[in-house]
Amino acid sequence: MSRTETALDEERTAPDAGNAATAIPATAPGGAVDVESAARLVVIRPASRIPRLDVGELWHYRELLWTLVWRDVSVRYKQTFLGIAWAILVPAFTALIYVIVFGKFANFPAGETPYPSLVVAGVLPMQYFASALSLASLSLLSNLPLVTKVYFPRTLLPLAGVSVPLVDFVIGLPVLIFLMAKYDTWPGGWEILTAPLFIGLAVLTVLGISLMLSAVNVRFRDVRYMIPVFLQVLPLLSGVMFAVDQIPEKWQWILSLNPMTSVITGWRWAVLDASPPHPGQLALGVAVAIALFVIGLATFRSSEPRFADTI
Amino acid sequence: MTVAIEVDSLSKRYRIGQYQAAYGTLRETLVHAARRVTRQEHQRAAQEIWALQEVSFNVPEGQVLGVIGRNGAGKSTLLKILTRIVTPTAGRAEIRGRVGSLLEVGTGFNGELTGRENVYLNGAILGMKRREIEQRFDDIVEFSGVERFIDTPVKRYSSGMYVRLAFAVAAHFEPEIMLVDEVLSVGDAEFQRRCLGRMEQLGNAGRTVLFVSHALPAIAQLCDRAIWIDGGRVVGDGRPADVIATYLHQTHSAGTERTWPAESAPGNDLARILAVRALPHDGMPPGVVDVRKPIGVEITFRVLRNGKPLFPKIKVLDQEGAIAFNAMDIDRRWLEQTPPGDYAATAWIPANLLNEGSAIVEVAICSLDFPKLEHHAAVYEAISFEVLDPSEGDSARGQFSGQWRGVVRPLLEWTCERL
Repeated sequence: MSRTETALDEERTAPDAGNAATAIPATAPGGAVDVESAARLVVIRPASRIPRLDVGELWHYRELLWTLVWRDVSVRYKQTFLGIAWAILVPAFTALIYVIVFGKFANFPAGETPYPSLVVAGVLPMQYFASALSLASLSLLSNLPLVTKVYFPRTLLPLAGVSVPLVDFVIGLPVLIFLMAKYDTWPGGWEILTAPLFIGLAVLTVLGISLMLSAVNVRFRDVRYMIPVFLQVLPLLSGVMFAVDQIPEKWQWILSLNPMTSVITGWRWAVLDASPPHPGQLALGVAVAIALFVIGLATFRSSEPRFADTI
Repeated sequence: MTVAIEVDSLSKRYRIGQYQAAYGTLRETLVHAARRVTRQEHQRAAQEIWALQEVSFNVPEGQVLGVIGRNGAGKSTLLKILTRIVTPTAGRAEIRGRVGSLLEVGTGFNGELTGRENVYLNGAILGMKRREIEQRFDDIVEFSGVERFIDTPVKRYSSGMYVRLAFAVAAHFEPEIMLVDEVLSVGDAEFQRRCLGRMEQLGNAGRTVLFVSHALPAIAQLCDRAIWIDGGRVVGDGRPADVIATYLHQTHSAGTERTWPAESAPGNDLARILAVRALPHDGMPPGVVDVRKPIGVEITFRVLRNGKPLFPKIKVLDQEGAIAFNAMDIDRRWLEQTPPGDYAATAWIPANLLNEGSAIVEVAICSLDFPKLEHHAAVYEAISFEVLDPSEGDSARGQFSGQWRGVVRPLLEWTCERL
């Protein structure tokens, strides 16, 4: 139905789709073209063998990361009666149970720190870890429509997943501050400045594991069932309900293979003036966290090209 | 002229069925090894398909390129690679400019968030900067017509409102390169109409558009150029009218008769189509029918078991893919459960109904599952034939010999009286 046809019957000069065009805003075409994007050249190639992290691209998509985080934060407590209060209630109840079971009955060692403060200071980072792990490991699957329909660096999804529970963590802090006031255990001094570093270590650890698990979860949905089991034992292996320096030294080293042990010990030292983490054990924890991150990133990046095909 | 999209020997391989075996999970690896021992590994080769093979073409800036081809030809794979949702197995493509695609309409909408929040979310997902969305926010809301509900969670929206808002965001996104997959955008008719309108508008505004569609008339109207993909390869490239004509000729020269062996006959466990043919007209070459005579389309089908009242249906399309009509047998005998057995049904297309040119017939064996017409066996583009007018003055065109347009060309009864 070419328009150049010289037909005798002229009644069909208006193409059908012409009517549809009137329904479109007149402002849309010919508008300002983004200067930044005008020069953008995208090269599409088969996936490279060596996985690497394209930091430049992540930076380009930083607004999307922010938007994804914002979306998950705003949706998190939608249609709950207590709403954001859960961010306080969950660690408070967990700590209460730990205090009763492990503090009163089992008499777990706490060192010089009041037991409730010790537990809450452990529960908060652990709670962050647990939320972040669940959210980030399932992030590719829970964002299925995005993964199969739009391009963006997939790393953003686990990255958003580990960022969202940081909000809960901050909101849960008053529980700790309340106990600090009650038992008069305040930060010793400059150590408080290292507190964010230990949380950073937790973020790095959980990001590494989540990158790996989320990539695996695309092919094997087993991850969903593994995570809760893992999270059940993890508090015991991280010293959430006891002071790590109070247990036999051999066990301290074994627990230090778990970066969360360093996170919790270090965080207690920073905010509660508890005994400082053993430098060697801390170094071990950091090394493991970095190794987890590198392995996780490599796994993720190498299976990333197949996500949309496999998921 | 600047090249907006440069595609250079792009190939994509898919593994079907055994996908995971190739990546060595323990269990799959064991199964695979066992197969190798029992010499079943030749199945592997059969289960690899090349969705795209060495596809190369360039799209100059500002061109509206249509991509045609039958289902499974690789059109959608091509688009998915260009939108970077999947990676190619081999080859390379370069895209200069910001890419948007209409297959993303409403992607990432979150039911819990309000309309306002979703505009920002969806905009960011499409690739808009926050600043851009802010600038266009009022226009988007006005265009969507959901002003009153903009602060209501979209899960409370009607589906119409939802789509309107989603489309409004997409329509205000201004990529330099627009990729549209009409095959994938399974919206309602209104939505498809809007997509086409939006596409035409972008094309007129000098944007580069790559448009995948089954709607051949739309391709012919909107595109500057068309490529035809078949079996993962580019087999035609040129003026839309030419490419479409070749495409139709090739794909519909299936002929006036087709038969299938019973075991591979199209259909499900209820019914299968065994043969379709156009009954020949005396004095006409095969495949050509006289416009002045009724045309018989004979469908032979087998009912495998009792189950539903089944009836045959045909759909006739013209050479540009526009539907001339649908017709089904409404006889009472099809109201009862159809007993198993072979049937031959003939649909008689009235004389003087179809216009000259190629006609394509799709056939189906259906049941009426209100409100849906369930297709148990269907053959798209089953047969085609040429409708010819011997121009003896007794057809709808009378003594006129020029071009006579329209999907149908009925010979009407006229009344006239002198006043």
